[in-house]
Amino acid sequence: MQKEVDIVIIGGGPAGLSASISSAEKGKSILILERNEELGGVLNQCIHPGFGLIYFKEELTGPEYAYRFIKEIEKYPNIEVWLETMVVDITNEKEITAINKDGIWEIKTKAIIFSTGCRERTRGNLQIPGTRPAGIYTAGTAQRLVNIEGYLPGEKILILGSGDIGLIMARRLKWEGAEVIGVIEKLPYPGGLTRNLVQCLEDYNIPLYLKHTVVEILGKDRVEGVYIAPVDDYGNPIMDNKRFIECDTLLLSVGLIPENDLLENINIPLDPRTQGPYVDQYLSTLKEGIFSCGNSLLVNDLVDYVTLQGILAGKSAVRYINNEINIEKRAHIEIDGNLRLVVPQYLSYPILEDITFYFRVKEPQKSAILTLKDNDKRIKEWRFPVVKPAEMIVIKVKPEFLRDMENPKFSMEG
Amino acid sequence: MKKELTCIVCPLGCSLEIEIGEDIIVKGNKCEKGKNYAIEEIKNPKRILTTTIKIKNGKYKVIPVKTTAPIPKEYIFPLLEKLSEIEISAPVPIGYKVLENIFQLSIDVITTRPMETKENTRKTKETKKST
Repeated sequence: MQKEVDIVIIGGGPAGLSASISSAEKGKSILILERNEELGGVLNQCIHPGFGLIYFKEELTGPEYAYRFIKEIEKYPNIEVWLETMVVDITNEKEITAINKDGIWEIKTKAIIFSTGCRERTRGNLQIPGTRPAGIYTAGTAQRLVNIEGYLPGEKILILGSGDIGLIMARRLKWEGAEVIGVIEKLPYPGGLTRNLVQCLEDYNIPLYLKHTVVEILGKDRVEGVYIAPVDDYGNPIMDNKRFIECDTLLLSVGLIPENDLLENINIPLDPRTQGPYVDQYLSTLKEGIFSCGNSLLVNDLVDYVTLQGILAGKSAVRYINNEINIEKRAHIEIDGNLRLVVPQYLSYPILEDITFYFRVKEPQKSAILTLKDNDKRIKEWRFPVVKPAEMIVIKVKPEFLRDMENPKFSMEG
Repeated sequence: MKKELTCIVCPLGCSLEIEIGEDIIVKGNKCEKGKNYAIEEIKNPKRILTTTIKIKNGKYKVIPVKTTAPIPKEYIFPLLEKLSEIEISAPVPIGYKVLENIFQLSIDVITTRPMETKENTRKTKETKKST
């Protein structure tokens, strides 16, 4: 079966929803391809509050945040939504192969927006030794089981990894009557936002063991317990000090992997630091007409940023189709010091508008200075009382500071 | 009595030391907001409660709900208990009042998403197929 539209958006989570609205406003025909049975992505299972403080200036739960956009797209007859539809291939000519209950579709389009989100790192990624019993879940799977399907994944729970989903699930499972033994974190500092540490762990006296990891899983049919051990400064477990913890469930909250397998099929280069594609300020990948936003571009800590990236990607796709983006040259942005990643990684000249940059740092640092340089000439500085790996740094830079740069570089010093 | 808290007003996350006597003395805060946060946390800590309740004949077996405002912490487990006994029936809109004026706090518990009935979910799928 054949289909032709102006813009195809792959993924109907918060990034795809906002991209669809910002591109539909300009009258283009939009098709959202969503593999789940409803729109909203991971927001549907994030029933806790804390969403929208930046974008809506009020505190919403995940489903409420999603609902605002789902309601909004109903107003646009030029947005078509296909649920339970899986994209399996993309060609360099922007031909998409997708599968749903109707069969196999060949979809032709002028621009593609990737808003495919992330998948979770699993036990396989960590290679934890031991048996293979039931009772080992990624935190997000457990979250879906509890909040959407209505099942409790276990009764005596240990959580490995102090990412936000793990912290949120510690409180959620406690509220549902489970015993939450503790949260184990390999790094010397927690992975999640401070407010989640306070409101999910401290509120319920759930202990956080920093510089510890799970070294073995035991149990025949069901998890019976795990061995945990402290780690040295290089992250290697000190096996002499390992100890047994009895539990029937192990949740893994050990990081997210942006889903970009489809981009790799058409040789779009990915940034090893973000695991998303390299993009310029239009959120265009290095292949023109293909855009990326949200958690498949970089792992965001707030959905508000995901929404803003979606809006930008949607607008950029429209401008691309209308031939309004004329790139004369491109400069690669370098990073240095305590910076772990930056998005966008490229500047496309001429620069006409303010550019929002997203950063993450490697280590927690107090009184940090972020510097923008060109060929080692200082252009601008931003000061932060404290920076943390778990909290993204977001700055907006005016075009006059970015004019005609040869070797733009951001660095963070003490 | 002494207590330690982490301030969550901003990303700085100041470690607060609080002395509770006749007055509440806050140390370690870098701004006035931190002091106010600490005093509120000691005097009357409040949280929004979000959980799920059972729903009959819905697309899913449970539906997410929240309190319309933060409630005093000591009401969290009693409210969870109360909500575990409640079952509503699909279809329901978003913002549907599940409980009104809980513990005389002028706070309600409402649904945070709409939910169709099972049959209706199936119907929309079939309509889509025929187009």
